[in-house]
Amino acid sequence: MGNNDAKKSGGSSFFAELTRNQLFIPMAALLLLLVFNLIMDPGFFKITLGYNSAGYPVLSGFLITILDSGSELAILAIGMTLVTAATGGQDISVGAAIAISGSVLLRMLCGTNTRPETLVMPVILAFLITCVVAMLFGAFNGTLVAVFGIQPMIATLILYTAGRSIAAWVNNNELPIITEPSFAYYGNYIPGCPIPTPFFIAMICVVVIALILKFTTLRLYTQAVGINEYSAKLNGLNPVFIKILSFVILGLCVAVVGLIKVSRFSTINYSVIAKDIEMDAILAVALGGNALSGGKFNMTASIIGAYVIQCLTTTLYKFDVQADALPAYKAVVVIVLVVLSAPIVREKLAKLMPKSGNREVA
Amino acid sequence: MAENVVLQMRNIHKSFPGVRALQGVDFTLRKGEVHALMGENGAGKSTLIKVLTGVYSKDEGQVSIEGNEVAIHSPQEAQKNGISTVYQEITLCPNLSVAENMYIGRSESICQNWKKMNTDADKILQSLDIPAKATQQLSTCSLAVQQMVAIARAVDTDCKVLILDEPTSSLDEQEVEKLFKLMRDLKGRGVGIVFVTHFLDQVYEICDRITVMRDGQLVGEFEIEKLPRVQLVSKMLGKELDDLSDIQGEYSTYENKEGEAPVFEAEDLCSDAGIKPFNFHIKKGEVNGFTGLLGSGRSESVRAIFGADRITSGNVKMNGKPVKIKKPIDAMKNGIAYLPEDRKRDGIVGDLSVRDNILLAQQVLRGFLKPFSKAESDKIADEYIKLLSVKTASADTPIKSLSGGNQQKVILARWLLTHPEYLILDEPTRGIDVGTKVDIQKLVLKLASEGMSVTFISSELDEMLRTCSRLVVMRDGRMVGELSGQDLNQNKVMNTIAGGDK
Repeated sequence: MGNNDAKKSGGSSFFAELTRNQLFIPMAALLLLLVFNLIMDPGFFKITLGYNSAGYPVLSGFLITILDSGSELAILAIGMTLVTAATGGQDISVGAAIAISGSVLLRMLCGTNTRPETLVMPVILAFLITCVVAMLFGAFNGTLVAVFGIQPMIATLILYTAGRSIAAWVNNNELPIITEPSFAYYGNYIPGCPIPTPFFIAMICVVVIALILKFTTLRLYTQAVGINEYSAKLNGLNPVFIKILSFVILGLCVAVVGLIKVSRFSTINYSVIAKDIEMDAILAVALGGNALSGGKFNMTASIIGAYVIQCLTTTLYKFDVQADALPAYKAVVVIVLVVLSAPIVREKLAKLMPKSGNREVA
Repeated sequence: MAENVVLQMRNIHKSFPGVRALQGVDFTLRKGEVHALMGENGAGKSTLIKVLTGVYSKDEGQVSIEGNEVAIHSPQEAQKNGISTVYQEITLCPNLSVAENMYIGRSESICQNWKKMNTDADKILQSLDIPAKATQQLSTCSLAVQQMVAIARAVDTDCKVLILDEPTSSLDEQEVEKLFKLMRDLKGRGVGIVFVTHFLDQVYEICDRITVMRDGQLVGEFEIEKLPRVQLVSKMLGKELDDLSDIQGEYSTYENKEGEAPVFEAEDLCSDAGIKPFNFHIKKGEVNGFTGLLGSGRSESVRAIFGADRITSGNVKMNGKPVKIKKPIDAMKNGIAYLPEDRKRDGIVGDLSVRDNILLAQQVLRGFLKPFSKAESDKIADEYIKLLSVKTASADTPIKSLSGGNQQKVILARWLLTHPEYLILDEPTRGIDVGTKVDIQKLVLKLASEGMSVTFISSELDEMLRTCSRLVVMRDGRMVGELSGQDLNQNKVMNTIAGGDK
């Protein structure tokens, strides 16, 4: 999917060509993390085949955890990349929107009974309704940004603040629990398959977005609007529509992650579910070398970035870093990334690597 | 040196990398006069003003105030020397009160005596007859009053020289009148006023003297009575009146069939960009142009044709059939293409490759679900890069790293790819080298001979006369004349641009 793959240009060294590739940053970060783990404790790479409480074979180990949790991030990174590219801003209401989606999903499945014996409607129907709701909230954010010209972070601050209350209100502040075992498949394991289901869901999303980018002009339109809105408009594009569309697509991603999150525990905790996940999703986009100010984007890099972020989180957990202290460590990564992609540093780096020309880090 | 000279600039030179912006310019301002500084874009007016106000430092030359030579290195120093500037855009804080705006950043001490500030401000406002109260929030005043407050702030600092850089461009006629009254007041007090504007009528209404600049050089200083409008225009454009250009078309003109409806026809077309409703038509294979000084509304008119601004009224017909053009996409679907004036802002999509920039418009026309395949887009891009001989390392190069002329060719390629019936080129030759200019003019004539209708806008009258068979003349947002055939010569065009009886 990468449109930024290294181009052959005469005279440049292998290293320069390698670093010019946008996938270089997330890949290098991943490699760094893996080497660090290898030196500190090779047990990080151990994968064991065990049996879960239902007696089915499941794989476990740190790498599997990364694959599992990172998939949620990867799905969100798809939408966040598009929003970033089109609007030059980020949606910080993703976590709250996941809470709403999860809550709506439970409400649809449980009806008014919080401990249903049987589900009120099929999961697929409930999920489709959830998708519509999440896309509407996306359209709400998108309208604030595109029509009223509010900065994306400020516009989405509204839902960020109100979202979890809305989620609680959807279920009258009760916590429905689903006992139906098949509902747990989406966030855990399908019986007989030892690989966590979220990974498959993420791969479906990746394939779908890859096909969309290949068979529609979404990439060109989004980039054109993100780089030069005036110009895009004079070329017959509707920047308002495209910006809203990016938020609606992110809404769809949110609904999918909502399904995974709720399915994991078969219930919901309005104040904790998907907390701070927006920051990780934004970080994934940044780590993928995409400019947070919008414009050109590389979807593959964002998705890899998502797994790298999860790798970082898992590594930190493994070394017994307290959950409260995690953001501080991630902040260090953010600082390094932001400084590296700052124009001043880029210029200096370009001078250090004369062969690489005016390569762009972001 | 005369007694009443307040500001004297001698032999001012200023160069930027690659450009000699000012070459030996003199400027003299007397006490109690309004002095117009005139010239087309790039003539060096704003550079001269920025040198005077300390924004730029001069390379060479002397500036003296009331006979004493001064060195001005910053806007603050300019202010201390009694030079105040009011810019086109109001640079005050709308959320503060009028008095606060007048005194902001001027207090020497840490404490501020608010009461005294308000009474002082009221006194100044009253003495200048400005209809505003000191405690009123600035944003509640009209634009003209805000402009006057900016002037009040400027003149309060013991001002000897007041520079007004296009103060009237966002004001309506009545507001301009109020502003002129204030300017006359200040003139009576002995303030020397430098007035930069594009509006000829205003110059002849208020100014005593005119200094004309062109291409960074001084053309001359004139008393207003001794410089009729037509001569002013000719001095600004650098064309002698009797310099008749006699250029034969190298290309055959397209033969129109009898009774054929015009390709494009507009009636009472008007947008919200500050133009008056106008009628316009263009025949198949015709090349016509909009001319007029900068800010006369020539770009706004073609933008209205393309639907680039919000359309407020008008009926449009294509080939005799009524069509609705409200948005650029409507125009594009009807076979209209528009190459915008501001290439950087409206034309290029900087970070995208040359290939994507060429394909953009045609891709939008094809639709969301029909992207060009890699092979198709490579083929088209290479074809057009070759056709227009665009100098680029490859089709993958970001367009922003190309030179201006090559960027323009890419944008031209973008619109040619849509095979338009009617092509609008707004300043296609601005800021590009002579060779490319001629290429583009030739291309325009060639396209027209093949049956395309072209509207061509250029600041250079030569180019327009060489390419167009009909010229629409604009002044102050209004269509004031249409010239063709025998009338298509510099004298006539400049007369029409200047307007008035003089």
